[in-house]
Amino acid sequence: MNFSEVFKLSSHLCKFSPDGKYLASCVQYRLVVRDVNSLQILRLYTCLDQIQHVEWSADSLFILCAMYKRGLVQVWSLEQPEWHCKIDEGSAGLVASCWSPDGRHVLNTTEFHLRITVWSLCTKSVSYIKYPKACQRGISFSRDGRYLALAERRDCKDFVSIFVCSDWQLLRHFDTDTQDLAGIEWAPNGCVLAAWDTCLEYKVLLYSLDGRLLSAYCAYEWSLGVKAVAWSPSSQFLAVGSYDGKVRVLNHVTWKMLTEFGHPATVNDPRIVVYQEAEKSRRRALDRPAHPAPRAAESRYEVASVPVPLQTVKPAADRANPRIGVGVLAFSPDSSFLATRNDNVPNAVWIWDVQKLRLFVVLEQLSPVRAFQWDPQRPRLAICTGSSKVYLWSRAGCVSVQVPGEGDFQVLSLCWHLSGDSLALLSKDHFCLCFLESEEGPHLASGQLGDHT
Amino acid sequence: MGDWMTVTDPGLSSESKNISQYTSETKMSPSSLYSQQVLCSSIPLSKNVHSFFSAFCTEENIEQSISYLDQELTTFGFPSLYEESKGKETKRELNIVAVLNCMNELLVLQRKNLLAQENVETQNLKLGSDMDHLQNCYAKLKEQLETSRREMIGLQERDRQLQCKNRNLHQLLKNEKDEVQKLQNIIASRATQYNHDMKRKEREYNKLKERLHQLVMNKKDKKIAMEILNYVGRADGKRGSWRTGKSEARNEDEMYKILLNDYEYRQKQILMENAELKKVLQQMKKEMISLLSPQKQKPRERADDSTGTIISDVEEDTGELSRESMWDLSCETVREQLTNSIRKQWRILKSHVEKLDNQVSKVHIEGFNDEDVISRQDHEQETEKLELEIQQCKEMIKTQQQLLQQQLATACDDDTTSLLRDCYLLEEKERLKEEWSLFKEQKKNFEKERRSFTEAAIRLGLERKAFEEERASWLKQQFLNMTSFDHQNSENVRFFSAFSGSSDRDNLTVHSRPRQKKPHSVSNGSPVCTSKLTKSLPASPSTSDFCQTRSCVSEHSSINVLNITPEETKPNQVGRECANQKWSVASRPGSQEGCYSGGCSLTYTNAHVEKDDLP
Repeated sequence: MNFSEVFKLSSHLCKFSPDGKYLASCVQYRLVVRDVNSLQILRLYTCLDQIQHVEWSADSLFILCAMYKRGLVQVWSLEQPEWHCKIDEGSAGLVASCWSPDGRHVLNTTEFHLRITVWSLCTKSVSYIKYPKACQRGISFSRDGRYLALAERRDCKDFVSIFVCSDWQLLRHFDTDTQDLAGIEWAPNGCVLAAWDTCLEYKVLLYSLDGRLLSAYCAYEWSLGVKAVAWSPSSQFLAVGSYDGKVRVLNHVTWKMLTEFGHPATVNDPRIVVYQEAEKSRRRALDRPAHPAPRAAESRYEVASVPVPLQTVKPAADRANPRIGVGVLAFSPDSSFLATRNDNVPNAVWIWDVQKLRLFVVLEQLSPVRAFQWDPQRPRLAICTGSSKVYLWSRAGCVSVQVPGEGDFQVLSLCWHLSGDSLALLSKDHFCLCFLESEEGPHLASGQLGDHT
Repeated sequence: MGDWMTVTDPGLSSESKNISQYTSETKMSPSSLYSQQVLCSSIPLSKNVHSFFSAFCTEENIEQSISYLDQELTTFGFPSLYEESKGKETKRELNIVAVLNCMNELLVLQRKNLLAQENVETQNLKLGSDMDHLQNCYAKLKEQLETSRREMIGLQERDRQLQCKNRNLHQLLKNEKDEVQKLQNIIASRATQYNHDMKRKEREYNKLKERLHQLVMNKKDKKIAMEILNYVGRADGKRGSWRTGKSEARNEDEMYKILLNDYEYRQKQILMENAELKKVLQQMKKEMISLLSPQKQKPRERADDSTGTIISDVEEDTGELSRESMWDLSCETVREQLTNSIRKQWRILKSHVEKLDNQVSKVHIEGFNDEDVISRQDHEQETEKLELEIQQCKEMIKTQQQLLQQQLATACDDDTTSLLRDCYLLEEKERLKEEWSLFKEQKKNFEKERRSFTEAAIRLGLERKAFEEERASWLKQQFLNMTSFDHQNSENVRFFSAFSGSSDRDNLTVHSRPRQKKPHSVSNGSPVCTSKLTKSLPASPSTSDFCQTRSCVSEHSSINVLNITPEETKPNQVGRECANQKWSVASRPGSQEGCYSGGCSLTYTNAHVEKDDLP
């Protein structure tokens, strides 16, 4: 495992291009595009203000930089550095900006969610979509880029509009039987739309592309409901994480619950492997007391023997958005594993075997898990906890890797390269790349526990 | 009477004494005294009783007492003591016979009374103890009753308390339920209130939004604009199309196409799954049929058995189905047939299995009985067999022991062997004789060898002496060489070379070996054992006790070996190897010892030794 040098960064804005050739990163008002392999700077663009959002177009030809404070969006072309485009939303303001899947339209959401403006880079035409709903996930493009589903709110009722992306024509418009729609998400096959209600009510609705209600699922009443939803890449499963600390997996035939994954505070089943991160003894630090700034203690994983009590956090009952329930969940690219985090057990990542529908591995970190992401090619999970280490899990075992470099590189976020060979690690104002061996490295293959710096 | 005396209570007798004293003092009437006497059952043989009698009847009042007694006795129904009066005037005579009869009768009576009294007393005692027992029982039962009554009261009390508690809990539950209901109502009302408020707020918000929209959007905001260098081509290279009814229809079509594709894909998947399942089903069915068909014959033979017909039905069914290639038909037409046939088969299978179970259990029970009978016979047979075997084995052991003893005896060559030999059979005797002759021959040979050995030993002694001298001279020479002379050195070199040429053994330090070899090679007639022996013995032994020492050494070495092997009890291979080495070392004298016992092995060992020693 190798690490690149550390580069500057602001606002966690660092993105691989969809074709995997380039890496865009922002430093204040500058946008830097590098070659992924050589990390040489290919292009350098200067924006009008501090960049707050960056997005690659789907064909990797354009980059969008949004400056919400100014209500500005600037688009840059990778092929023609002199080409420029500036979209000003003026007094309407700007809160969100994104590409359409064709990479030729920019969708800007104005302040107060007054409307969504669709700017075309091909023609002068500008489209407006009124009444978008301000919610957790109100915009969802289908995987093939053909359709846009948009949550709307009119007359205190929730609606979903489905647009054809090619000409922004409204295809379907239907109301949803929800109190306060919280989010919508297309199935990867683009034929089923999942919609879920606000956290006050457990309700998951499944709509066909043509607006028919396929099924409604409600696990319980009178309690806080859905917190997060994830489709399996095969579109076969819909995993619903809720505030009761459980994940319910629905199947795609009957849309009934297939199984329920509870997140117990103590792991009792001896078949489950529990990896616990443990600090290594700081002997090296003691050997060199003259060292000015001793690095953070190195850590490694130890296999704990059951029963393993996990560290739980007691949430404040009188606060809004309590830290309980399954808030993050992600399927591995081959749909064989599901990784979850229960927010009142913040240090643990649970990995479920989807084929056997049971818990497979639990990783308990020393500090709360900030983010995790699956390798796009292999069932391999990268985890960061805000410490100077990155953690990798695969079926063979797991490793804790210290990020080298001066000072403390606190990994707050990470993202995989398309090929799964490298990984961008983001700290507060720096980033570096971590290169993994193309075949699974010897340390991973042998399942050796320990760190490799 | 004497026996009875011993039994009587001394208290009683003393009482009688008292009574007698008392009577003598108060001078009561003789009748009362008599009754007293009967009661007290005192015995006339005792002295005081005698005195008592004397007190009752004195010399003076014999007549009165007799008459008194007569009177008393007649009133009790005894015959008169007096003889029948022949004349009124004549004085009545005392009839002794009558008196004696009376006395005897009185005594008999007395004894009877005593017996009765005894019986009564024992009965009385028995009754008293019974009474005690019953009283105890009564007391105990009364206690029990009391405790159980108390317990009952306690339980009743507890029951009452529990009921009370239960009632309280019920009340609490009801309260809680009410509370829950109330809270739910509150929640519901709050929710409606909240929703209402939300809606109101949202309406207001929407109004504001609308207003804002009007304000911001409708006004020609110059700022809302896009500055672009030049418009770029579409990703697909096509030109944008106008939104028309046509495009709308096209979009719809596309949507439905996508949906259709998805459904088709899913249907294909389902069909494939179905096909797989059908395959499995078919296979299972075939297996079931094949499993059940051999059973078919039997039930058919039994005319009254119904399973046979069912199976034949199934056969027909399956034949039909397979003919029709049912698997390609749609489900609805086949389903019924399929389910029916499966159900039938399943029923058959079930009944079959049940039957088998029954049979198995029956067989099991029967088998148990049969086995029981058989096992006993078997057991006896087996024990007989085993006993026979044991007998045989014992015999074998005996013969082996005898053989061993024989061998020992031949080796010992003692008078005991002759004694032992007497009990041997003729054949054995002959064999022994043969062996004996062989042994004698060996002995002779040995004697010869011994002689040659001694000769060789003598020669060796001489040679050794010569060698010693030679060595001394050589050492001297060397010493001299080392000091000064060169020409002598060259001589020495020659000497060395000669040595090294004669044997490829190490060097100077092993002088003895080549030295020993030389005489050996010179004495070509003597057996080769010499060198070996001289080697094994540190100093040349005196010829006379040669054999003894040798055997001694052999024994010693074997003992050594035996001592060593258990010492090195390490289970690992090294220890064992070590022991093996020891054995190999020790086996040499042992093999030589073989010369004593087995003549034929002599030559071999010799050869072995020769091989061993010659380079």
